[in-house]
Amino acid sequence: MTANALSTKVAVKKIRSGEDLYQASQWTLMFWKLRRHKMAITGGIVLVVFYLSAIFAPIIAPYNGDRRSEFLFLPPQTIHWIDKGTFHPYIYGIDKSRNTETLALEFKENKDEITLLRLFVHDDKYKLWGFIPMDLHLFGAEGGKQIFLFGTDNLGRDLFSRTVLAAMVSLSIGLLGVAVSFILGVIIGGISGYFGGQVDTIIQQVILFLISMPQIPIWMGLSAAIPGNWPPVKTYFALTVVLSVIGWTGLARVVRGRILQVREETFVTAARLSGASNASIIRKHLIPATASYLIVNITLAVPGMILGETTLSFLGLGLAEPAISWGVLLQNAQNVRTIVLSPWLMIPGLFVILTTLAFSFLGDGLRDAADPYA
Amino acid sequence: MAQYFLRRILLAVVLLFVASVIAFIIIQLPPGDYLTTYINQLKASGQDVDQARIDNLRRQYGLDQPMPVQYWLWVSGFPRGDFGFAFQQNRPVKDLIGERLGYSIMISVLALVVSYTIAIPIGLYSATHQYSIGDYLFNFIGFIGLAIPGFLLALVTVFAAYKYFGVNPGGLYSRDMLTQPWGWAKFLDLCKHLPLPVIVVGLSGTAGTIRVMRASLLDELRKPYVITARAKGLNELRILLKYPLRFALNPLASTILYIFPAIVSGETITGVVLNLPTIGPMLLKALLAQDMYLAGTLIMFLTFMTVIGMFVSEILLAWLDPRIRYE
Repeated sequence: MTANALSTKVAVKKIRSGEDLYQASQWTLMFWKLRRHKMAITGGIVLVVFYLSAIFAPIIAPYNGDRRSEFLFLPPQTIHWIDKGTFHPYIYGIDKSRNTETLALEFKENKDEITLLRLFVHDDKYKLWGFIPMDLHLFGAEGGKQIFLFGTDNLGRDLFSRTVLAAMVSLSIGLLGVAVSFILGVIIGGISGYFGGQVDTIIQQVILFLISMPQIPIWMGLSAAIPGNWPPVKTYFALTVVLSVIGWTGLARVVRGRILQVREETFVTAARLSGASNASIIRKHLIPATASYLIVNITLAVPGMILGETTLSFLGLGLAEPAISWGVLLQNAQNVRTIVLSPWLMIPGLFVILTTLAFSFLGDGLRDAADPYA
Repeated sequence: MAQYFLRRILLAVVLLFVASVIAFIIIQLPPGDYLTTYINQLKASGQDVDQARIDNLRRQYGLDQPMPVQYWLWVSGFPRGDFGFAFQQNRPVKDLIGERLGYSIMISVLALVVSYTIAIPIGLYSATHQYSIGDYLFNFIGFIGLAIPGFLLALVTVFAAYKYFGVNPGGLYSRDMLTQPWGWAKFLDLCKHLPLPVIVVGLSGTAGTIRVMRASLLDELRKPYVITARAKGLNELRILLKYPLRFALNPLASTILYIFPAIVSGETITGVVLNLPTIGPMLLKALLAQDMYLAGTLIMFLTFMTVIGMFVSEILLAWLDPRIRYE
C-alpha cells in the first residue's frame, strides 16, 4: 500500500463518518478514495484531454496531415503574445537561405514580417469522423501563412498537426487491443479459475510460458506476416490482433486469481445450493466481484499495447505511411544525424511517454481504490 | 531436490519444443512459401534463377509435403547445426547467427546483473525509508522508467552522446578495431563500448524490480519477529540483513521470470537503434526481407534464452527456499 492510500484511509474516515460511510455503495467508496489520490486524478485529467483531442483531432490540428510546405526541417516556431502593449498572439516570418558551405537549408526569423494568429479559422477541408465535411480549425495563421508549433518534417509537413492526428490511431489501438485481450482473458481466466483441477494446471502452464517469452521479437515475427499491400485500416486491425495474442495473459491471471478466491465465499455456495446454474453464478456473482480488479488491470494494460504499436511502427513492421501514428512519426527520427540536426522530430515520443505515465498513475490510484475496505 | 530438478528439466525441454513450434509457425505465417518469395525477388532484380537449385531446396525442406513433415525436417537438422537457409544472404543460417547470439546473450545477462545491482540497494533504501523524499523520488523515476519505450531511451542516449560529447555511440567496437584480431586492445575497446547498451537495456527491468523488492521487504519489516529483534536491542542494520532481506530475496528471484524476457526484448530494440552486432538488427532485416528461416531461427533462440532464464530462476528459487523443493 502506498502513502496516498494510507492517508486516504484516514481522510475518508475523518470526513465521511457514521451513517454517510455505511450507506455509501462500494463504487461510491471507491470514487471517494480515488478522489484523494492526486497523481491518479492528474493522470485521469491528462487522459481525458488526450482522448478528447484525439476525437476532435482534425479540428485541433491546424492542417491536414499530408499538406506540404516549402520549409523542410523547420525548427518549432515561438509564439509571441504581446504586440505593442496589446494581447495579440503572432509569429515572425521565416527567411530561408542555403548555407554556401554545408549546403543545408537555414532559417532565420524575419522580425519585420509579422503574422497574426487567430482562433477558429477556415483552412484545409476534411471530414470529421469520416462523414462530416468541415474546414474549421481551432487556430491558424492569417493571410495564407502557416504556423509550425512543433516544426516540420523532411517533407515540410506540420509536425504539430501530424502529432495530434496520430493520437487517433495510437490512443485507440491501445483500447482496442485491450478490449480483445480482455475478452480472451476473461474467458480463459474464468474457465481456469472456475473449474480448477487439470484444466487450471494446463492453462496456467501455457500462460506461464507465454509470459516467459520475449514479447517484442514475437510481436515482430507475427506482424511481419501482415502483407505490406494491405490498406491501413486492415493493417490496423491485424496489428491489434497481434498485440493481443500475448497481451491477454496478464488479465487471465487476474481473473483466475480473483475467481479462485471468490468461489469459496459463502454466497457462492448458497447460490449453488439453491440450484443456480454455472452460467448464472458466473454472471451474477463472480463477474461483479471481479469487476473492480478488472478495471484496474485494464488501465494498467493499455500502455503496454500503445508502446507495442509504437515500437513496431518505429521498426517499420507495424503501420506505415500514409497512416499516421506516433510510431510512424518516430520513424523519421531513426538515424543519429537527423535527430541531432532536428531533435524536435522526437516530440511524438514525449506524447507516448506522457500517455503511458498517465495510465500508470491512474491505474496505481485505481488499484488502491479498488479495495475500499482495506 | 533431485526430483524437483528433474521435473524442471523435463518442463524446460517441453517448453523448448513449444518454442520451436512457435518459431516454425512464424516461419510459415507469411502468405506463400518463402521459396516462391525468393524466386520472385531474384526475378525482380533480374538475376538468373537456377531451376536445379530451386528444386533441390524444395526437396530438402520438403515444401511439397504436409506441415508436420516440414517441421520435422527443419527440427531434425538442429543436431547437425542445420537451421535452414537464409535466402537473402545466400548462406546457411548457422553461419550467420553464431557470433551475434553470443553478443546478445552477453549483453542480456550483463544487463540483468546491472538491473539487480541498481534495483536491490534502491529497493532496500525505499523500504527502510518509506514515505521519505528519496522513496518518492525513486518511485517517480521508476514510473518514468516504465513509461519510456526502450527504443526511445536508446535514441535519447544516442542523441545526448552525440550532441554533448561528440561521439557516435553505435556498435560495440571502434571502426579501426573491427577488423583487428582478438587481443588486449580489442578487449579494452569492447569494455569501453559495452556500458551504454548494457545500462540502456538494464534500466527497462529496474523499475519493476525496485517495486517488488520494496513491497516484499516492507511486508517482512512489519512482522513481529522484527519487532522482537528490535526490542532485544539488535542494531537496525543487523536486523535488516539477517532476516527480512533474505526473505525478500525469494520474490526477487521469481522476478527473473518476467524481467529477463523484458530484457531480451529490450536488447532486440536497443540493438537496432545502437546498431550492435547482436540478434536484433539481423532479425529486423530478415523480417523486412521475409527471410523467414533466418527470422524464425533467431526468434527461436531468443525464446530459448528466456526459457533457460526461467529454468535458472526456478532452480534459484528452490535453492533459496526449501519449502518449494519439497512441495
